[in-house]
Amino acid sequence: MSNTISTDICIIGAGPVGLFAVFEAGLLKLRCHVVDALPQPGGQLSEIYPKKPIYDIPGFPEILAGDLVDNLMKQIEPFHPTFTLGERVEHFAKLDDGTFQLHTTDGTEIHCKAVAIAGGLGSFEPRKPAVENLEQFEGGKGVHYMVRDPEHFRDKKIVIAGGGDSALDWTNFLANVASDVTLVHRGTTFRGAADSAEKVQKLAEAGKIKLVLSSNVTHLHGNGKLSEVTITANTGTAETVPLDCFIPLFGLTPKLGPIGEWGLELENDAVKVDTEAYSTSLPGVFAIGDINTYPGKLKLILCGFHEAALMCQGAFKYIYPDKKYTLKYTTVNGAPSM
Amino acid sequence: MEEDIRIYVEEAPGQRTELIGPTDMGLSLMELLKASGYDIQATCGGMALCATCHVEVLAGPALPEPEDAELDMLETLPVVHEGSRLSCQIRLTPRTDGLVVRLAPTGA
Repeated sequence: MSNTISTDICIIGAGPVGLFAVFEAGLLKLRCHVVDALPQPGGQLSEIYPKKPIYDIPGFPEILAGDLVDNLMKQIEPFHPTFTLGERVEHFAKLDDGTFQLHTTDGTEIHCKAVAIAGGLGSFEPRKPAVENLEQFEGGKGVHYMVRDPEHFRDKKIVIAGGGDSALDWTNFLANVASDVTLVHRGTTFRGAADSAEKVQKLAEAGKIKLVLSSNVTHLHGNGKLSEVTITANTGTAETVPLDCFIPLFGLTPKLGPIGEWGLELENDAVKVDTEAYSTSLPGVFAIGDINTYPGKLKLILCGFHEAALMCQGAFKYIYPDKKYTLKYTTVNGAPSM
Repeated sequence: MEEDIRIYVEEAPGQRTELIGPTDMGLSLMELLKASGYDIQATCGGMALCATCHVEVLAGPALPEPEDAELDMLETLPVVHEGSRLSCQIRLTPRTDGLVVRLAPTGA
């Protein structure tokens, strides 16, 4: 594998807690590599509520979530962290020498001495509609939960389902790419951005796309590959239409994902930790932030920051069992550097 | 101290669990459901941004109309019902006494 990255701590999750862990690790001269399934750092703060003010960050009477992420990125800059964004850690193995080998969905290989899981509530995955045999057509057989490469849909017959911004935006965009676009929406109106909704209406009036309101895609048909879908109106009438691809766009929802299969002790979809160093049931693997659980757990960013500091002490001891570490203050040591 | 109110969760047809909720703590229905051990993620913590606290209001007093943020989020969901609400947007007040809700399946 050409893409091997070697580091001290691999941090899974680039949310605020994962990012601050880079800082605390840096003070101990530990290098970090950060992986996140989202294409940008910041986790929920960037993905869900970048413009929301947060009022309980010590020292900031009020700060926008997006600004907090920007500040954290600036704060950790001196430690030169490296990032793999837009990829999800899929495989995880502990090697005989106590180090770890991780692989992402896109084949990136990371070798590290300790692992810090800061995965929040897991990775954000597309919300799936409740259509019976949906999963049968996943993985290149006709069902796509996101548009990675619009060219994939060139000259194809596609059906998009959804009523939010992404359904509207992709309908507008793919109208010029695919040969045939149908947008199915269970409601009668769109609450998304007014101009995209208007554009969709205009395309429908001009016959460039087909707009099917008050309806849902209810059945998928095909032999190994998707060939038809049944669209059922709220009135009960159904029609079956031929297609190449079905693209349900119903937003993102967090899922614990592969982390749940790494043999770590879990409780209610959270990773159980010992609060001395936020260590999991597997030595060398730590869990901080919203993804962990322990008696008294509070899902607050400020608690995650504290957990990150203690976790780094634990990771240091795991990596250098014979070294003695003494606490150093940033006020004493001056500007952070690696 | 204001009076506690009763909220009913319908687990199956005809099977309702009574929850007692305080009205003097500014709690949302989502917070009461979570504290009562229901499997609700409430990822966004109550900002009407994730829909993991989706419930269906079956009966009870009339609630204040949902705000835009809640309607926008409900719009993105694959399945909604007539009484669909985000429980994080429903405040526990004396006016919500006697509300009957059903939890939407996870991820919907």
